[in-house]
Amino acid sequence: MSDVLKFHFDVDGSDFSSAGEASVVVKKKLRQLGYPADVIRKVSIAMYEGEINMVIHAGGGCADVEVHDDEIVIILSDKGPGIPDVALAMQEGYSTARDNIRVLGFGAGMGLPNMKKYTDEMQIDTKVGEGTVITMKVKL
Amino acid sequence: MKIREIKEILGAELLCGEDALEKDVFSACCSDMMSDVLAYVKDQGVLITGLVNPQVIRTANMMDMVCVVFVRNKTVTDDMIELAKESGIVVMRSSLRAFEACGLLYSAGISKVSEA
Repeated sequence: MSDVLKFHFDVDGSDFSSAGEASVVVKKKLRQLGYPADVIRKVSIAMYEGEINMVIHAGGGCADVEVHDDEIVIILSDKGPGIPDVALAMQEGYSTARDNIRVLGFGAGMGLPNMKKYTDEMQIDTKVGEGTVITMKVKL
Repeated sequence: MKIREIKEILGAELLCGEDALEKDVFSACCSDMMSDVLAYVKDQGVLITGLVNPQVIRTANMMDMVCVVFVRNKTVTDDMIELAKESGIVVMRSSLRAFEACGLLYSAGISKVSEA
Protein backbone atom coordinates (compact mmCIF):
# COMPACT_ATOMS: atom_id res chain seq x y z
CA MET A 1 0.00 0.00 0.00
CA SER A 2 1.58 3.26 -1.04
CA ASP A 3 0.55 6.66 0.23
CA VAL A 4 -2.43 8.40 -1.27
CA LEU A 5 -1.60 11.77 -2.78
CA LYS A 6 -4.18 14.40 -1.87
CA PHE A 7 -4.91 17.89 -3.12
CA HIS A 8 -7.41 20.29 -1.58
CA PHE A 9 -8.79 23.48 -3.11
CA ASP A 10 -11.27 26.11 -1.97
CA VAL A 11 -13.32 27.19 -4.97
CA ASP A 12 -14.17 30.88 -4.82
CA GLY A 13 -17.80 31.39 -5.78
CA SER A 14 -17.67 35.15 -6.14
CA ASP A 15 -15.48 35.48 -9.20
CA PHE A 16 -16.44 33.65 -12.36
CA SER A 17 -13.26 34.66 -14.19
CA SER A 18 -11.16 32.62 -11.75
CA ALA A 19 -13.37 29.50 -12.00
CA GLY A 20 -11.33 26.56 -13.19
CA GLU A 21 -8.05 27.57 -11.55
CA ALA A 22 -7.96 24.44 -9.39
CA SER A 23 -8.44 22.20 -12.44
CA VAL A 24 -5.54 23.91 -14.20
CA VAL A 25 -3.33 23.21 -11.16
CA VAL A 26 -4.43 19.55 -10.99
CA LYS A 27 -3.75 19.09 -14.69
CA LYS A 28 -0.24 20.48 -14.23
CA LYS A 29 0.46 18.25 -11.19
CA LEU A 30 -0.75 15.10 -12.95
CA ARG A 31 1.44 15.96 -15.93
CA GLN A 32 4.44 16.36 -13.65
CA LEU A 33 3.62 12.98 -12.10
CA GLY A 34 3.70 11.44 -15.57
CA TYR A 35 0.14 10.12 -15.95
CA PRO A 36 -1.09 9.29 -19.49
CA ALA A 37 -2.59 12.18 -21.46
CA ASP A 38 -6.05 10.60 -21.73
CA VAL A 39 -6.29 10.06 -17.95
CA ILE A 40 -5.21 13.64 -17.29
CA ARG A 41 -7.72 14.92 -19.81
CA LYS A 42 -10.61 12.97 -18.27
CA VAL A 43 -9.80 14.08 -14.73
CA SER A 44 -9.25 17.71 -15.60
CA ILE A 45 -12.32 18.11 -17.84
CA ALA A 46 -14.62 16.47 -15.27
CA MET A 47 -13.20 18.58 -12.47
CA TYR A 48 -13.33 21.75 -14.55
CA GLU A 49 -17.02 21.27 -15.35
CA GLY A 50 -17.65 20.59 -11.67
CA GLU A 51 -15.77 23.69 -10.61
CA ILE A 52 -17.73 25.83 -13.06
CA ASN A 53 -20.98 24.31 -11.77
CA MET A 54 -20.05 25.12 -8.18
CA VAL A 55 -19.37 28.73 -9.08
CA ILE A 56 -22.52 29.11 -11.21
CA HIS A 57 -25.00 27.34 -8.95
CA ALA A 58 -23.62 26.99 -5.43
CA GLY A 59 -21.54 30.06 -4.63
CA GLY A 60 -18.34 28.03 -4.55
CA GLY A 61 -17.26 25.07 -2.45
CA CYS A 62 -14.39 22.63 -2.01
CA ALA A 63 -12.59 20.37 -4.45
CA ASP A 64 -10.53 17.41 -3.29
CA VAL A 65 -8.48 15.16 -5.51
CA GLU A 66 -7.03 11.86 -4.30
CA VAL A 67 -4.52 9.96 -6.37
CA HIS A 68 -4.62 6.25 -5.52
CA ASP A 69 -2.68 3.36 -7.07
CA ASP A 70 -5.58 2.28 -9.25
CA GLU A 71 -7.80 5.35 -9.55
CA ILE A 72 -8.06 9.11 -9.22
CA VAL A 73 -10.97 10.32 -7.10
CA ILE A 74 -12.42 13.82 -7.39
CA ILE A 75 -14.77 15.02 -4.64
CA LEU A 76 -16.63 18.27 -5.15
CA SER A 77 -18.69 19.52 -2.23
CA ASP A 78 -20.77 22.64 -1.85
CA LYS A 79 -23.36 24.15 0.44
CA GLY A 80 -25.47 25.37 -2.44
CA PRO A 81 -29.20 24.93 -3.13
CA GLY A 82 -28.95 21.21 -4.00
CA ILE A 83 -30.35 19.53 -7.11
CA PRO A 84 -34.13 18.89 -6.84
CA ASP A 85 -34.32 16.44 -9.78
CA VAL A 86 -31.01 14.71 -10.52
CA ALA A 87 -32.35 12.72 -13.50
CA LEU A 88 -33.53 15.94 -15.13
CA ALA A 89 -30.23 17.70 -14.38
CA MET A 90 -28.39 14.80 -16.06
CA GLN A 91 -30.21 15.36 -19.37
CA GLU A 92 -28.05 16.94 -22.03
CA GLY A 93 -29.28 20.45 -22.71
CA TYR A 94 -31.21 20.90 -19.48
CA SER A 95 -29.91 23.89 -17.55
CA THR A 96 -31.11 26.25 -14.86
CA ALA A 97 -28.24 28.68 -15.50
CA ARG A 98 -29.34 32.21 -16.24
CA ASP A 99 -28.61 34.21 -19.37
CA ASN A 100 -25.71 36.06 -17.74
CA ILE A 101 -23.92 32.71 -17.49
CA ARG A 102 -24.73 31.72 -21.09
CA VAL A 103 -23.11 34.95 -22.25
CA LEU A 104 -19.92 33.66 -20.59
CA GLY A 105 -20.00 30.43 -22.62
CA PHE A 106 -21.54 28.06 -20.08
CA GLY A 107 -25.02 26.94 -19.08
CA ALA A 108 -25.55 24.74 -22.14
CA GLY A 109 -26.80 21.91 -19.96
CA MET A 110 -23.71 19.83 -20.70
CA GLY A 111 -21.85 20.09 -17.39
CA LEU A 112 -23.15 17.04 -15.51
CA PRO A 113 -23.44 14.87 -18.68
CA ASN A 114 -19.84 15.74 -19.55
CA MET A 115 -18.70 14.87 -16.04
CA LYS A 116 -20.37 11.47 -16.31
CA LYS A 117 -19.01 10.91 -19.80
CA TYR A 118 -15.38 11.51 -18.85
CA THR A 119 -15.34 9.49 -15.62
CA ASP A 120 -15.71 5.78 -14.88
CA GLU A 121 -17.96 6.35 -11.88
CA MET A 122 -19.98 9.32 -10.72
CA GLN A 123 -22.14 9.61 -7.64
CA ILE A 124 -24.31 12.59 -6.77
CA ASP A 125 -25.37 13.08 -3.14
CA THR A 126 -27.61 16.09 -2.95
CA LYS A 127 -30.18 17.55 -0.59
CA VAL A 128 -32.28 20.58 -1.47
CA GLY A 129 -31.37 23.51 0.74
CA GLU A 130 -28.25 21.84 2.11
CA GLY A 131 -25.83 21.20 -0.72
CA THR A 132 -24.31 18.69 -3.09
CA VAL A 133 -21.39 16.29 -3.00
CA ILE A 134 -20.26 14.80 -6.29
CA THR A 135 -17.74 11.96 -6.25
CA MET A 136 -16.10 10.98 -9.52
CA LYS A 137 -13.58 8.22 -10.20
CA VAL A 138 -11.24 7.75 -13.12
CA LYS A 139 -9.57 4.33 -13.24
CA LEU A 140 -5.86 4.11 -13.91
CA MET B 1 -1.58 21.66 -41.18
CA LYS B 2 0.88 23.84 -39.25
CA ILE B 3 -0.34 26.60 -36.95
CA ARG B 4 1.69 28.98 -39.12
CA GLU B 5 -0.54 28.09 -42.11
CA ILE B 6 -3.68 28.76 -40.09
CA LYS B 7 -2.34 32.20 -39.28
CA GLU B 8 -1.66 32.85 -42.97
CA ILE B 9 -5.02 31.51 -44.21
CA LEU B 10 -6.94 33.63 -41.70
CA GLY B 11 -4.72 36.69 -42.06
CA ALA B 12 -4.49 36.58 -38.29
CA GLU B 13 -2.40 38.57 -35.87
CA LEU B 14 -0.32 36.45 -33.49
CA LEU B 15 -0.80 37.41 -29.83
CA CYS B 16 1.38 34.73 -28.21
CA GLY B 17 3.06 31.40 -28.90
CA GLU B 18 5.47 32.27 -31.67
CA ASP B 19 7.72 29.31 -30.81
CA ALA B 20 4.86 26.84 -31.42
CA LEU B 21 3.92 27.95 -34.95
CA GLU B 22 5.41 24.79 -36.48
CA LYS B 23 3.14 22.51 -34.42
CA ASP B 24 0.65 20.40 -36.37
CA VAL B 25 -3.11 20.86 -36.09
CA PHE B 26 -5.39 17.98 -37.05
CA SER B 27 -8.87 19.22 -36.23
CA ALA B 28 -10.92 22.30 -35.47
CA CYS B 29 -13.95 23.32 -33.49
CA CYS B 30 -15.95 26.55 -33.60
CA SER B 31 -18.20 27.49 -30.70
CA ASP B 32 -19.04 30.20 -28.22
CA MET B 33 -20.38 27.60 -25.79
CA MET B 34 -17.46 26.21 -23.83
CA SER B 35 -19.51 23.28 -22.50
CA ASP B 36 -20.05 22.14 -26.09
CA VAL B 37 -16.33 22.41 -26.71
CA LEU B 38 -15.74 20.26 -23.62
CA ALA B 39 -18.07 17.55 -24.93
CA TYR B 40 -15.75 16.30 -27.68
CA VAL B 41 -12.10 15.41 -27.62
CA LYS B 42 -9.94 17.35 -30.01
CA ASP B 43 -6.78 15.82 -31.35
CA GLN B 44 -4.29 18.69 -31.38
CA GLY B 45 -7.13 20.96 -32.28
CA VAL B 46 -7.71 24.62 -32.90
CA LEU B 47 -10.60 26.48 -31.25
CA ILE B 48 -12.29 29.25 -33.21
CA THR B 49 -14.47 31.47 -31.07
CA GLY B 50 -16.03 34.89 -30.68
CA LEU B 51 -16.25 34.53 -26.91
CA VAL B 52 -13.62 36.44 -24.97
CA ASN B 53 -12.91 35.50 -21.35
CA PRO B 54 -10.31 33.48 -19.41
CA GLN B 55 -12.54 30.39 -19.53
CA VAL B 56 -11.86 30.11 -23.27
CA ILE B 57 -8.15 29.61 -22.57
CA ARG B 58 -8.81 27.24 -19.64
CA THR B 59 -11.22 25.20 -21.78
CA ALA B 60 -8.60 24.91 -24.55
CA ASN B 61 -6.06 23.86 -21.92
CA MET B 62 -8.37 21.15 -20.51
CA MET B 63 -8.92 19.78 -24.02
CA ASP B 64 -5.20 19.80 -24.90
CA MET B 65 -5.94 22.16 -27.77
CA VAL B 66 -2.91 23.88 -29.23
CA CYS B 67 -4.33 27.07 -30.69
CA VAL B 68 -7.18 29.55 -30.10
CA VAL B 69 -8.36 31.95 -32.80
CA PHE B 70 -10.52 34.90 -31.75
CA VAL B 71 -12.60 36.15 -34.65
CA ARG B 72 -13.94 39.61 -35.54
CA ASN B 73 -10.85 41.27 -34.05
CA LYS B 74 -12.01 40.89 -30.48
CA THR B 75 -9.87 42.47 -27.79
CA VAL B 76 -8.00 39.82 -25.82
CA THR B 77 -6.99 40.77 -22.28
CA ASP B 78 -3.49 40.50 -20.80
CA ASP B 79 -4.56 37.94 -18.19
CA MET B 80 -5.83 35.68 -20.97
CA ILE B 81 -2.52 35.97 -22.79
CA GLU B 82 -0.67 35.11 -19.57
CA LEU B 83 -2.86 32.02 -19.05
CA ALA B 84 -2.21 30.95 -22.63
CA LYS B 85 1.54 31.37 -22.25
CA GLU B 86 1.53 29.27 -19.08
CA SER B 87 -0.35 26.52 -20.94
CA GLY B 88 1.70 26.73 -24.13
CA ILE B 89 -1.32 27.68 -26.24
CA VAL B 90 -0.95 29.80 -29.38
CA VAL B 91 -3.40 32.72 -29.45
CA MET B 92 -4.26 34.73 -32.53
CA ARG B 93 -6.85 37.21 -33.65
CA SER B 94 -8.48 37.52 -37.05
CA SER B 95 -10.75 40.18 -38.50
CA LEU B 96 -12.82 37.47 -40.23
CA ARG B 97 -16.20 36.33 -38.97
CA ALA B 98 -16.41 32.84 -37.49
CA PHE B 99 -18.30 31.50 -40.52
CA GLU B 100 -15.64 32.72 -42.95
CA ALA B 101 -12.76 31.54 -40.77
CA CYS B 102 -14.29 28.04 -40.54
CA GLY B 103 -15.00 27.94 -44.27
CA LEU B 104 -11.43 28.83 -45.16
CA LEU B 105 -9.90 26.28 -42.78
CA TYR B 106 -12.34 23.58 -43.89
CA SER B 107 -11.52 24.21 -47.55
CA ALA B 108 -7.85 24.05 -46.71
CA GLY B 109 -8.31 20.54 -45.35
CA ILE B 110 -8.81 20.73 -41.59
CA SER B 111 -11.39 18.22 -40.47
CA LYS B 112 -13.98 18.37 -37.73
CA VAL B 113 -13.24 17.12 -34.25
CA SER B 114 -13.29 13.42 -33.52
CA GLU B 115 -16.07 12.00 -31.39
CA ALA B 116 -15.02 11.19 -27.84
